[in-house]
Amino acid sequence: MKQRNLLVLVLAFALSASVHAAELNIEITRGVDNPIPVAVVPFAWQGDGFLDEDVAQIIANNLQQVGEFRALPRANMLSMPSDEREVHYRDWRILAQQYLVVGKISRVPGGQMVQVQWEFFDINRERKVLGEVLTGSVSQLRDIAHAISDIVYQEITGRRGAFATKIQYISAEGEIGDMTYRLHYADYDGRRAQVLLESREPIMSPAWSPDGSQIAYVSFETDLPRIYIQDLASGQRRQVSNFSGINSSPVWSPDGRKLAMVLSKDGSPDVYVLDLATDQLTKITDHPRAETEPAWTLDSQNVLFTSDRTGQPQIYQADLSGGFPERLTFDCFYCAKAQFLPDGVNMVHVRRATRQDNSYSIAILNMQTGRVITLTDTALDESPSVAPNGSMIMYGTTYNGRGVLDAVSIDGRVKFRLPSPQGDVREPSWSPYLN
Amino acid sequence: MGMQISNMFKTAALALTIAGLAACSSTSDTEEMPMEMTNDTAAADASAAAARAEQQRLERERMERDRADQAALNTTVFYFDFDVAEFQPSDRETLIVHARNLATNSNRRVRLEGHADERGTREYNLALGERRANSIRDFLIVNGASRSQLETVSYGEEQPAVRGQTEDAYRQNRRVEIRPAG
Repeated sequence: MKQRNLLVLVLAFALSASVHAAELNIEITRGVDNPIPVAVVPFAWQGDGFLDEDVAQIIANNLQQVGEFRALPRANMLSMPSDEREVHYRDWRILAQQYLVVGKISRVPGGQMVQVQWEFFDINRERKVLGEVLTGSVSQLRDIAHAISDIVYQEITGRRGAFATKIQYISAEGEIGDMTYRLHYADYDGRRAQVLLESREPIMSPAWSPDGSQIAYVSFETDLPRIYIQDLASGQRRQVSNFSGINSSPVWSPDGRKLAMVLSKDGSPDVYVLDLATDQLTKITDHPRAETEPAWTLDSQNVLFTSDRTGQPQIYQADLSGGFPERLTFDCFYCAKAQFLPDGVNMVHVRRATRQDNSYSIAILNMQTGRVITLTDTALDESPSVAPNGSMIMYGTTYNGRGVLDAVSIDGRVKFRLPSPQGDVREPSWSPYLN
Repeated sequence: MGMQISNMFKTAALALTIAGLAACSSTSDTEEMPMEMTNDTAAADASAAAARAEQQRLERERMERDRADQAALNTTVFYFDFDVAEFQPSDRETLIVHARNLATNSNRRVRLEGHADERGTREYNLALGERRANSIRDFLIVNGASRSQLETVSYGEEQPAVRGQTEDAYRQNRRVEIRPAG
């Protein structure tokens, strides 16, 4: 029944054209009250045939998904300019638009490359904010659309965009006792998904190195949970743990020098830190109860973790020198899987408020004010992962009995879903900035 | 007096049981034996009949015990209450049989696979599954199994036994499975 070591390694970048069938799509389930109106006019294509990608639609989707923007429906547009000469500000003021994006795509003579010339206008001030030309292959049109989205987002909000980022996630497909587990790699919106690892045994806890070049995960491929690090460009990987018991929860320190992990080799799960340069392993927690789910503080000096030393899981923080851990959560029946947002003040976590309240939500605790905001209201929410700019949190939840990935804006007001046609998907892990 | 008869019965019953076991429990032989004894006292008659009955009773008990032991060994999945790492008291006897069987068969190795239901976080559930597997491992050791015969592994919530978000599904998924190690 159990097939061992049936394992397929797929090199991420050797298969740039192959898109896995279980591609994800986006649904907006809730919106904000007063989103900023932006018009993204369809980019004119000045070549033969059709392009596979609609660059303007990708930009519009990106902006809408973070919740702060509303994209003008194309049917409502009074004109469809593709460069500055064709832009009449009045057309857009009538439609109460604040910003306008136009562009055109042409083939670079004598090759497969295309160039995208795009411009960005402030309607109220009646001025062009910026314009540029980006060149790439046809297969890079989505990357170009994400790069443009990042710039527009930053121009309007003053914050760096995270549309050119990637996610990893796990899927499980098949009948009970005959499951296939996969580790996927995709754009942040779930598109262009590829399989990095396929196994008949569970795969868990995907993590990114801070430079985005490597990933770590837990695989049961030897029938025991062990931690592996895999290089994304080459596909090469190595096993970094082989201790008896649980080997789980690998997390890189923000400075990239250490890997926190959980080992139960001494009898119960405790948090350890592996120095990746020296291979030195340091025990950070030492308690007979369960200590797990490590996450680093931004300075790489402290580790958050979950412990049930008082009975139910609560969140603690310990420093690397092994001082007495400080308990951070008190007002919940079950608080676990904590991670700091990039501001270092807000801590996202999984929260079950009371024993009677039988639901697990994604919540944020402000460490300065002590205020808690619960972002989700589905029952089985887990594995929160924060976009590198802190604008959104992606997490796993259950919908119609299946695991799906949802994302929620940091204010909790906007959600989108990345549904998959089959199997369970879970454990999203948002990449750092990759550019 | 009553005491002596009782002891006599026991001795006779034991002897007959051993004879019975040696003869592969062919009870018809013993029925021929009392021929000479028929002339003896009624008490001896009664005693022999009682001994036979006792022998049959013990034989039945032994077979039932064997059957029960086999049933216990065939029970390889043990369920746990929500957020609880201790196995249910009703599984004690079954686990004692497993422990004795391991003690008797020192070459046998088993793997204790701990599982959690899907509620809560995945990595914490890994810890819960391990704790459940360890609680059974420790009980087996206390009752005669050797540490080296037992391997534990936790799958957390990664390998549910049944799908679904019902209390019943959760109950079936909070479990430890005893499997042959290999």
